[in-house]
Amino acid sequence: MIGYLGIDVGSVSTNLVFFDDCGVIRKSIYLRTRGKPIDTVQKGLKELGANLPSGTKVRGVGTTGSGRHLTGVIVGADAVKNEITAHAVASSLLVPGVQSILEIGGQDSKIIILRNGVVSDFAMNTVCAAGTGSFLDQQAGRLGIPIEKFGELALQARSPVRIAGRCAVFAESDMIHKQQMGCSLPDILAGLCDALVRNYLNNVGKGKEILAPVVFQGGVAANAGMVRAFEKALDLKVQVPSYFDVMGAVGAALLAREAVARKGASSFKGFEVADMDYQTGSFECSGCPNLCEVVEVSENDRVIARWGDRCSKWSNAVGAKIS
Amino acid sequence: MRVTFPHMGSLYIPLTALLQTLGVEVVVPPPSSKRTLTLGSKYGPEFACLPLKLNLGNFIEASELGADTVVMAGGCGPCRFGYYAQIEQAILKDLGYELQFIVLEPPERHISELLTKIRHIAGRSSWWQIVQAIRFGYRKALAVDEIERSALFSRPREKVPGSTDDALRRALEMIRNAATPGELPAAREYALALMDEVAVDINRPVLKVGVVGEIYTLLEPFANLYLERHLGKLGVEVDRSIYLSGWVNEHLFYGLARGIGSGKKAREASSPYLRHFVGGHGQETIGEAVLYARRGYDGIIQVFPFTCMPEIVAESILPDISKDYGTHSLTLIMDENTGEAGMVTRLEAFTDLLARKKETKEAL
Repeated sequence: MIGYLGIDVGSVSTNLVFFDDCGVIRKSIYLRTRGKPIDTVQKGLKELGANLPSGTKVRGVGTTGSGRHLTGVIVGADAVKNEITAHAVASSLLVPGVQSILEIGGQDSKIIILRNGVVSDFAMNTVCAAGTGSFLDQQAGRLGIPIEKFGELALQARSPVRIAGRCAVFAESDMIHKQQMGCSLPDILAGLCDALVRNYLNNVGKGKEILAPVVFQGGVAANAGMVRAFEKALDLKVQVPSYFDVMGAVGAALLAREAVARKGASSFKGFEVADMDYQTGSFECSGCPNLCEVVEVSENDRVIARWGDRCSKWSNAVGAKIS
Repeated sequence: MRVTFPHMGSLYIPLTALLQTLGVEVVVPPPSSKRTLTLGSKYGPEFACLPLKLNLGNFIEASELGADTVVMAGGCGPCRFGYYAQIEQAILKDLGYELQFIVLEPPERHISELLTKIRHIAGRSSWWQIVQAIRFGYRKALAVDEIERSALFSRPREKVPGSTDDALRRALEMIRNAATPGELPAAREYALALMDEVAVDINRPVLKVGVVGEIYTLLEPFANLYLERHLGKLGVEVDRSIYLSGWVNEHLFYGLARGIGSGKKAREASSPYLRHFVGGHGQETIGEAVLYARRGYDGIIQVFPFTCMPEIVAESILPDISKDYGTHSLTLIMDENTGEAGMVTRLEAFTDLLARKKETKEAL
């Protein structure tokens, strides 16, 4: 089997996807990053390698997410792209004709508007993380319910209570207050979903024209309560694609296919990178008053990449010797 | 008297020249850094905008180097910057820094108010010497602008990554080192030649983006997280809606040097979107965006410090301009966060969008 590999290293989760030549997704892996991007990517690669038939050829690899640059040098990526482009590319393939993408992940949320298959507008949450996966996770933990049950419970609500959604701190104190008053748990959860959707549409959506087909993706799309809250607020059908939680990785793999078609061969280093030794560190350059924090990545004690220097003195010197 | 002033991009180059020509001892604050920001946000009011915090940090660091007098620009309409000099002075006094403030601002009643302040800075220099010093500073500002424009052109086209910034640093140093008006023309020639030496690929396709917004965040690279450099690396040729000489002309000469500042043109272009003054440069931001859109720029980026009211007004109008002219806009809000990854992600996505659109347009 031959195919393409996509890796999305986000703040909360790391996802790997392998799809074959015909565009069929053969394997997808969802792991928690837990602040250790390199270890997690290595673990994912090991698992993926073991699950694919022997003799599988990786023709290209793409990375995305906030850890895309780091992962890119480690695996030898052919395409290193931001999550917005990756998500848009993946949705266009899996949901032909999609015009609006709602994406809520662990630490960020975005909206992508497509017209005629091309991104025409996008926005990402700026200074506020209210309404992202982490907050839902935290609230589920506080209420003692597993996050997987959150949506199911919210759907049982008979009359959702009103929760302030503008700020996570306001939302939490409002929730506690309503709990103490004796409102039922499902009603509170459904109220929270409504509040988060309201916040998303105001804070991220900001009046953009949301037209059908609408796709909802990212980890939070697993929450049926959020899906229903979106449908109610938009008065539109909201689709959740089957690979909603690994869409970034799917997009990265697709972008890798494009990149390899352009440049010919892949730079993928093979599944062996799972067993190699990687070290990262940083130092402050004292070459000028900028005092840049330079990050260095080494593979088996050899420096393979540097970044963070504004003047490119260190990043350009990888492979060469700096006096 | 040992004079210092706030940093704003390369402003220190013309300002140092002006003051030194008048025989004033100058203390240039260390370039704005994380330490400047830390000091400023520690002592500044939480809800003030980024420029106040960086100004404050600059003054503290300059005072550590022996400065005893601050020269800064003052009010321009109902934007908070108008009273920053007073606030900063009060904060520094509470902290025990002995700094005298000379605030240059539009005279309330008569031009003599401004002239008295200039007289105070200039000491015993004659008015003729003062005019010569201002001319020298202004010519340095023009030279700095020429060099920076050249960098904006070559950065997206450079063959060796980083070569533009390397040349830029050395070229600006040359302008800075020109000690007399007589030395300046040669230094300028040499600096521009240095910029021309950057190897560029003239056929490389580049995107054109106009950057508009609040002046301080536009001109100070530390405050905008080196926006121009990031865009250049992504293959974008940037044009800024305001350059140093334009700012000096509008704010210190009150538009006396004709044909440089574009404030008036921008205000005219802002109609019908925004016909009123909304404080700060909100109206100019709208006007400049319209001018870029008319000139066929691929995209517009607005930058401003968090909580900047005039720019918030402008931000809400930009989508209408984008729609009417078929262009795209992106707003970046600057505050204390120095992590550049989030901004780079947005810039990358924005340039992807512009590039794809350009491809489809050209394919038709």
